[in-house]
Amino acid sequence: MILFLAYSAVIFSFASGSIALVHLFKPEVNKQWVFWLLGLSGLAAIIAGVGGLITSQIYLDTLNMGLPWLPWHVHFDSLSALFYLIIGIAVFSISFYAPHYTHVTQKDPQSFAVLSLFTGLFIGGMLLVLLADDAFMFMIAWELMSVASYFLVAFDHENSANRRAAFLYLLMAEVGALFIILAFGVMASFAEDFTFDAMRVSHLSTMWMSVAFILALIGFGMKAGLVPIHVWLPEAHPVAPSHISALMSGVMLKVAIYGLIRFCFDLLPEVHWEWGVVLLVIGTISAVSGILYAMMQQNLKRLLAYSSVENIGIIVMVLGLSMIFLANHYPEFAALGLLAALLHSFNHALFKNLLFLGAGIIHHQTHELNIDMLGGLIKRMPKTSFLFLIGCMSISSLPLFNGFVSEWLAFQTALRVDVLDDGVLRSIIPVSAAALALTAALAAACFVKVFGLIFLGVPRSRHAEKAKEITDKRMLAAPAMLAGLCFFFGIFPSSILHLIDNVAKQLIGSNLPPQSVLSVFSIAPVSAQQASYSPPLVLIGALMAAGVCFWVLHRNLKTSVRIAPTWDCGFGGLTPRMQYTSSAFTMPLRRIFSPAFLIEETIEKTMRNNTETNVAQVRYSLHIQDHSWIHLYQPVEHGVNHVAKQVGRIQTGNIRTYLGYSLATLILLLWVVS
Amino acid sequence: MNWLMAIIQTALFVALAPLLMGFLKFCKCLLQNRSAPSFLQPYRDLLKLTRKQPVISEDASWLFCVAPYIIFSAMILAASVVPFIAIDLPTSAEADVIVLVGFFAFARFFLALAGLDIGTAFGGMGSSREMTISSLAEPAMLMAVFTLTMTASTTNLSGAIEHVIQEGLILRPSFVFALFALILVAIAETGRIPVDNPTTHLELTMIHEAMILEYSGRHLALIEWASALKLMLYGVLISNIFFPWGIAESFTLSALGYGFLAISSKLIVLCIFLAFAETAVAKMRLFRVQEYLGFAYLLGVLGMLSHIILESTR
Repeated sequence: MILFLAYSAVIFSFASGSIALVHLFKPEVNKQWVFWLLGLSGLAAIIAGVGGLITSQIYLDTLNMGLPWLPWHVHFDSLSALFYLIIGIAVFSISFYAPHYTHVTQKDPQSFAVLSLFTGLFIGGMLLVLLADDAFMFMIAWELMSVASYFLVAFDHENSANRRAAFLYLLMAEVGALFIILAFGVMASFAEDFTFDAMRVSHLSTMWMSVAFILALIGFGMKAGLVPIHVWLPEAHPVAPSHISALMSGVMLKVAIYGLIRFCFDLLPEVHWEWGVVLLVIGTISAVSGILYAMMQQNLKRLLAYSSVENIGIIVMVLGLSMIFLANHYPEFAALGLLAALLHSFNHALFKNLLFLGAGIIHHQTHELNIDMLGGLIKRMPKTSFLFLIGCMSISSLPLFNGFVSEWLAFQTALRVDVLDDGVLRSIIPVSAAALALTAALAAACFVKVFGLIFLGVPRSRHAEKAKEITDKRMLAAPAMLAGLCFFFGIFPSSILHLIDNVAKQLIGSNLPPQSVLSVFSIAPVSAQQASYSPPLVLIGALMAAGVCFWVLHRNLKTSVRIAPTWDCGFGGLTPRMQYTSSAFTMPLRRIFSPAFLIEETIEKTMRNNTETNVAQVRYSLHIQDHSWIHLYQPVEHGVNHVAKQVGRIQTGNIRTYLGYSLATLILLLWVVS
Repeated sequence: MNWLMAIIQTALFVALAPLLMGFLKFCKCLLQNRSAPSFLQPYRDLLKLTRKQPVISEDASWLFCVAPYIIFSAMILAASVVPFIAIDLPTSAEADVIVLVGFFAFARFFLALAGLDIGTAFGGMGSSREMTISSLAEPAMLMAVFTLTMTASTTNLSGAIEHVIQEGLILRPSFVFALFALILVAIAETGRIPVDNPTTHLELTMIHEAMILEYSGRHLALIEWASALKLMLYGVLISNIFFPWGIAESFTLSALGYGFLAISSKLIVLCIFLAFAETAVAKMRLFRVQEYLGFAYLLGVLGMLSHIILESTR
């Protein structure tokens, strides 16, 4: 039954894509079927996911597809179910959002068909990755996901920058896939079979295991967007249509995380703490630099993409902690870390989708994504702004919202460091916990900037001034649903934690420590004496406190509020341009963390009448670049170009040379044969 | 019964916060050779503000009016979590010290948004600076707190304090480092000299005041009260974590009385120290603050390392 639902989710998504194709040739077919099928696919995935998590059984199957001697092995366990749930929620919400969005942006039927076809293939590919139980099927599904999403990134291909971003994405995806194939190759050569079952019981030397781990880390890390191999992410995510960016940023990165977890915790026969340290360090670097770069962005979708790098960093970091505890034989704390990482994956999918869909609505209504050109939207788009605020609060990990719970669990995991013996681990883990605190605080600063500059203040451009609330109810329903879930899982985290606990049990064979409490009212991951957090009580307390002070102040209210113009210090003429901008807001942090960026800042002054003091015009330009472009990509690019040039020398363009090559090859082959 | 105790303690905490502010002002005035206002002056100010008609800019949104209530509630919640007179109250189990830091972050988030809401340069300036300073202060604070929680192996404040009491007076190097780190962070977070000057209205230097420049009437009263609460929260946190002796461990009348006396005298001592420091030290340039907070962070790390290297039983 569960497996049937899981299959039907895949089939529905493929069907949704094919309906779009049918619609292209037979326009009488109702276009809405595309979205209904997408919604059904999402719903089936949600039910399959929840069902799989509740029953926490392993469902196995074999499909006779692909090559005759290589049937596809299907394996649906709690881990797959959790990620099925994540994808399901995202797809379900998008099925509400997409109709209006695609209706308005895509007038001609051809582009609609392309968009819907590849969306269907993309979602189906992601779901198949989760079902795969052999390297062959895994790679086919993985490639389906990558290539389909390439066409989605390249959707607005009229713009050359988009084509470039899409090419970079495809290149990185394929290089990443190559590494994954190599990693599976190492495993398969010892297991002597492609099935994951054989890999689980294979006997590898520690050296080969480490090689496989590093290959898998690079491969999945490229897809997940770990620093320094993340640069495709801020290029590719913003150029896709908003609901596709939501899928890519919120969900596709999670599939990469799934791959990493599956490979490290399931396929590799054992884990080593050194790998945990590698994950911890890379995760920390990704988290801190991701949020620092996010802060400096002016394009909203680019900012959100960089913030995904940060969140993936947090997830990988906690996975590293989990691995360290597992290798040191503290499986219950490893379960805690795994719980934190998986919960953060779930939460990040919720709020990042919410924010991307919100960004889509803003773009839709104002045709503007530059933060410095927006402002004052809270009055013009009250509903969107409220939903976006919830997203911002969740991602800034404020209490009462879901982002906080996973971050709190991450801190709790890091604080269990006391049980470890190794001095290096004992000092590196608290420092990374402090980096996590820095990340959280910077994320709050970043999203204060986002919300403050986009929604608050005075409009900075005509587009923003004329913006109106979106009228399509369904387009608002999708972010509303996600915002509701963000709040629900912030108040009742135990509902999902119980389910995720099953994943830990199945994957590493251990639950949370026995004294842990996961009740409706309170969660205590280790024991009630050591740490507890009860969001419902906090909510009640907050409502009581706010209610009492509201009542006291308004009890015998004689004074109403007076509305007056903003005080302009008596000079007059406040203009929207006097407001803080994105670069102004982040200037102190840019200055403090200046070594983290490549900053080009120029101020050009034009003087009036050749005097030195009479300034006519000032021009300020700021250009911030990622270190990894200069220090990693450009050398590689130059190297490849150089090698290509050297190889190109053999192509003289002269027919005689080529005949000579043929002759030489012939002789060589004859010599080899004889 | 326990819940009632918790509510009474929280109410007392909230009610006494302006008094602490008044006392601090009193000490500063004495030290600076000025004639001091009464201790009760902050109450009078608050009362006056609640009676005045609030003036709101025409560019303000609903968030501007709601933010003071959210900020004040977050501070009340924080006050309910921090053990003040007694430990083992049920409210301290509802949230641990990381959640406490989360409450501060919640209040700050809305304060910074409110600063940006009107669309003046001052508000943006204040928000930007506040978020910068707090993002540097938060890791330092958590580092100091982690040192403590690792020693006590709990992040619940009540449990940590109990642990310190049971251990007795041991001079732990890690605690000394953590104490200094936390004091530095507290000064930065509550906007005292040398990081911010609560009495300034000079545009180039103000941080907290810049954000709340547009507030008036009851909204301003709530924000002022919330910042008084924040000062008291840090004061209580520092004194009860590092010098918990005297705090009531049972709910008898005498224990509670002692507890109240103990915390009052601790806070008075702390206030006098703060007044001396604020009188002796000048405010520093904004771009020196990262060095200051970096130092606080370093102290936190040193505390952590000395806990791991010197004190741990393994």
